[in-house]
Amino acid sequence: MKQFNSLQNTASQHEKSAHSEASSRRRRNISAALRYSLLAVFGLIMVYPLIWLVGASFKSNSEIFSSPWFWPQEPTSQGYVDGWKTSTPYTFGHFFLNSMKIAIPKVIGTAISSTLVAYGFARFDFPGKKILFAVLIATLLLPDVVTRIPQYLLFRELGWLDTYLPLFVPQWFAWEAFFVFMLVQFLRAIPREMEEASRVDGANSLQTLIFIVVPILTPALVSVCLFQFMWTMNDFLGPLIYISTVENYPISLALKLSIDATEAFNWNQILAMTVLALTPSLVVFFLAQKSFIEGISTGGVKG
Amino acid sequence: MARLSLKSVEKVYGNKFKAVHGINLEVEEGEFMVLVGPSGCAKSTTLRMIAGLETVTGGEIHIGDQVVNDLVPGKRGIAMVFQNYALYPHMKVHNNLSFGLKLRREPRDKIASATQEVSGILEIEELLDRLPKQLSGGQAQRVALGRALIKQPEVFLFDEPLSNLDAKLRASMRVRITDLHKRLREEGRPATVVYVTHDQVEAMTMGDRICVMKDGHIMQVADPVTLYERPANSFVAGFIGMPEMNLAEAVLTLGNTPELTIAGQTIEVASELAERLSGSEGTVTLGIRPQHLTVEPENAAGAFSGEITNIEFMGHEVNLHVDVGDNPFVAVVQSDRIDRQLRRGDRVALRPVGSKIHVFDAMSGENISLNYSNN
Repeated sequence: MKQFNSLQNTASQHEKSAHSEASSRRRRNISAALRYSLLAVFGLIMVYPLIWLVGASFKSNSEIFSSPWFWPQEPTSQGYVDGWKTSTPYTFGHFFLNSMKIAIPKVIGTAISSTLVAYGFARFDFPGKKILFAVLIATLLLPDVVTRIPQYLLFRELGWLDTYLPLFVPQWFAWEAFFVFMLVQFLRAIPREMEEASRVDGANSLQTLIFIVVPILTPALVSVCLFQFMWTMNDFLGPLIYISTVENYPISLALKLSIDATEAFNWNQILAMTVLALTPSLVVFFLAQKSFIEGISTGGVKG
Repeated sequence: MARLSLKSVEKVYGNKFKAVHGINLEVEEGEFMVLVGPSGCAKSTTLRMIAGLETVTGGEIHIGDQVVNDLVPGKRGIAMVFQNYALYPHMKVHNNLSFGLKLRREPRDKIASATQEVSGILEIEELLDRLPKQLSGGQAQRVALGRALIKQPEVFLFDEPLSNLDAKLRASMRVRITDLHKRLREEGRPATVVYVTHDQVEAMTMGDRICVMKDGHIMQVADPVTLYERPANSFVAGFIGMPEMNLAEAVLTLGNTPELTIAGQTIEVASELAERLSGSEGTVTLGIRPQHLTVEPENAAGAFSGEITNIEFMGHEVNLHVDVGDNPFVAVVQSDRIDRQLRRGDRVALRPVGSKIHVFDAMSGENISLNYSNN
């Protein structure tokens, strides 16, 4: 009988502990569900304008303002067809090409010049290094607006107005202090032995840079290129100041053009072209996502 | 292969800190020279100056007949193995090996055959298509060794190459490197090696000669046996040997019966040794290796009595820690020859083997007993 009692006791204890385990698991599940639904709601609120943009680009012009819901009732690709033609003699593809004519030399120039300058600051000792680096960092804090007018005057003297030169030539001289700083930080975290080994192997400084440092720097360089590409595609003010002929307009100005051209805006066309304008940046980002995240997250800490 | 010589080599850093104080060192052709010393003794700095990775601020470095002070590392005819391997992380093993040859624009078939030969010697053939991150520590170090070997340099430089490996692997790599050195010598292409380490076991087992350094000065350059038996000064005496040599302040009196006194206890000095010590009366430093002390009952004549503070059983040996006055002594005794009844707090006497006593100048630390025979 005693035995039976004790058996019963342990059984009920088991039951109790099973109960408490189950209830704590339930509590955990509820809290997780709450957390995730909250995150999902806020995430959706943030991304909704973008979803709406894509949806609205398939709506007819009249439907766009009739409902805040993103799903088009009568989907039409007319916005894309008409938008692509634009109100100018050129198709939207022409403006795309113009944007690339700025972005590609700019990205390449930025990557090369920033790497050279960062390598110099991170690996060589030269007189005035500290002061020069301080000046470089100080230019990070300089508002863009301050340099606009002197630059404009300079480029006018050079006869570069209405060309793409003012938009990418400065970047060939490590113009963006932010990128130089980012690469310097990344380089500082890389042990020097590999470069020393390559010097012992007979490489000069430039060979060491090209064959050893650049491959190791790749994640950081991908980030630099990606940032520069996205900023260039989004840049409105630069082209606005220097480019005056419609033929030379990049996407950002071309989009604005379609708002100016007619009195009754064809919003579906504008939205359709906005979606297209976003595409290159998004595609490039997703292609380079892995390296990009590695590049910005390990900048200062990788040992 | 070439000989390497350092002539009054100095290193002064930008902040006026003098790391290397005009050292002179000759490394013969095909010799395995080990630079050893405690951390901060500038042994790595010296090696890096030979490699050309640090500038030389004074003196000359010769490799063969050439002064290499102003040559870039790639032109010095050296190869270096680094402590953390320093393999190029983005290159496969075969590219890591051949990078130096490619920079020299060697013909492709020569590069291929050299890679084949070196990977055969180091047994890394099956690793050739791997990336460095797919290698274990020992494999990575063999690849690093191969990268040096493939260049057939005048001088090999090793910067603590084994200190990142675990103890077992370190022992096997030690043997591998010395075997390789012997093999190259037998094949008629001897390799001149400068090997930096802080590990005296590596130094003693690998070096043809050892250069002991301290604070940017060379304390002694000698073969392992000489270094152990005839240390030039108290620093070398204390640095080489396990457990380290017992060093204690003593008073030397010469006269009819030459004597050494430690903590009020006196032992007689053999006349042969006393002859060498003439003119050195007064305070000196007595040095005796733990292996050269025998344990006797307390108050035995010709021995120092003291109290046992610790008994370490090592297996075949026992380390007996004994305080003679304020001077801590260690005696190493065969475990089958020691009285097992001894306990901490017991008193015993330690008798030095007369011919193995070293006497150092109390001020300079110089070994003033050096001229007498140790045999």
